[in-house]
Amino acid sequence: MLEIAVGIILGCCALGAGAAMIAGIGPGIGEGNAVAKACEAIGRQPESKGDVTSTMLMGCAIAETTGLYALVIAILLLFVAPGRFIDILISTIG
Amino acid sequence: MNKMSRRFKIIDILLIILMVLPLLSCIVLKVVTTPLKEGIVISGAAIFFTIKMPFQDWPVTESQINSLAVMLSILFLCLYLTHGIKDGVWLKRHHFAEIIVEMCKKLVSGNMGDYFISFAPFIAAIIGLSAFSSLVTLCGLYPPTSDLNVVAGWAILVFILITYYKMKCGPVEYVKSFANPVLMAPLNVISEIATPISMAFRHYGNVLSGSVISVLVASALGGLSKMVFGFLPGFLGDIPFLQAGLPAILSIYFDIFSGCLQAYIFAMLTMMYVSGGFPYELYMQRKKQKNCDI
Repeated sequence: MLEIAVGIILGCCALGAGAAMIAGIGPGIGEGNAVAKACEAIGRQPESKGDVTSTMLMGCAIAETTGLYALVIAILLLFVAPGRFIDILISTIG
Repeated sequence: MNKMSRRFKIIDILLIILMVLPLLSCIVLKVVTTPLKEGIVISGAAIFFTIKMPFQDWPVTESQINSLAVMLSILFLCLYLTHGIKDGVWLKRHHFAEIIVEMCKKLVSGNMGDYFISFAPFIAAIIGLSAFSSLVTLCGLYPPTSDLNVVAGWAILVFILITYYKMKCGPVEYVKSFANPVLMAPLNVISEIATPISMAFRHYGNVLSGSVISVLVASALGGLSKMVFGFLPGFLGDIPFLQAGLPAILSIYFDIFSGCLQAYIFAMLTMMYVSGGFPYELYMQRKKQKNCDI
């Protein structure tokens, strides 16, 4: 019985981590848009390449934040949560 | 060009030794304390020992030791670069040090305005510490920036600075700045609290995700090469041929480019938040009034 419970915990943690990383779609689309617009801007004004590139990198970093929140949650679910849940399970069984 | 005395040369060599020594001792410590493991594993910072404290135990981890070593290393690097700059000895590295200082001053005055020019050493310290902490992976050490605690400490420091500069016009103005449209006050408070959290998570997540992806790719290539070249006789079958190449290219991106980019972004965000939160015009107006009253 305990094996099944532990298996369910591990499997659900992995599923949750996978589901959390769906959030990676958003930053991907956003950063793609940002880089496309930056390319357009450089094409229009090649002399402002440095400014546009640094601003684009800043914007990409900020747009990445939501994806990184999801990544942190996924990493917590993969590496931290199973041990903690199994500890709780064992302490409740006694 | 003056001739260098023997004392100058000895101090030079001493500084170089002191620059390399912290990192070398960290590598030795890692080699001595890490147990032998089969294959490639992902692990957090190792805990060396725990110090008993009144409220909570204080675990001394690998990331703390490594970040202290990086700090010492940067300190002696700076001393080495500027050694003899006042004695009239002209060396090439003095120009290098001057270029770094000029670049930092230009960056800060361009992004924060001339009022904040005294921030230049702080920003330079942030960029240097963050970049070298990420680059320490090239020596095979655990990067302190992939530990949330280290980066959260920096983010809390930046948050204290932001709050200090917002409070410059008194606490009443500070509270007023949240309730700009009164209905938006809760959202403003939340976004204020989210600033240090997002700064810490951004830096930590980028460095950690890079190392996780590198490890996953390396172990996958190891398994693949065992499958493809496993039929070879003797020890030839155990050599992971496919592991050569791709992980090195990934390392160039994740360790070098991403680490330096995150250092730059952390410093840029610090500058933007500190200078953006400071009510410059109101402060100058009040200062002028005060001077007139006296």
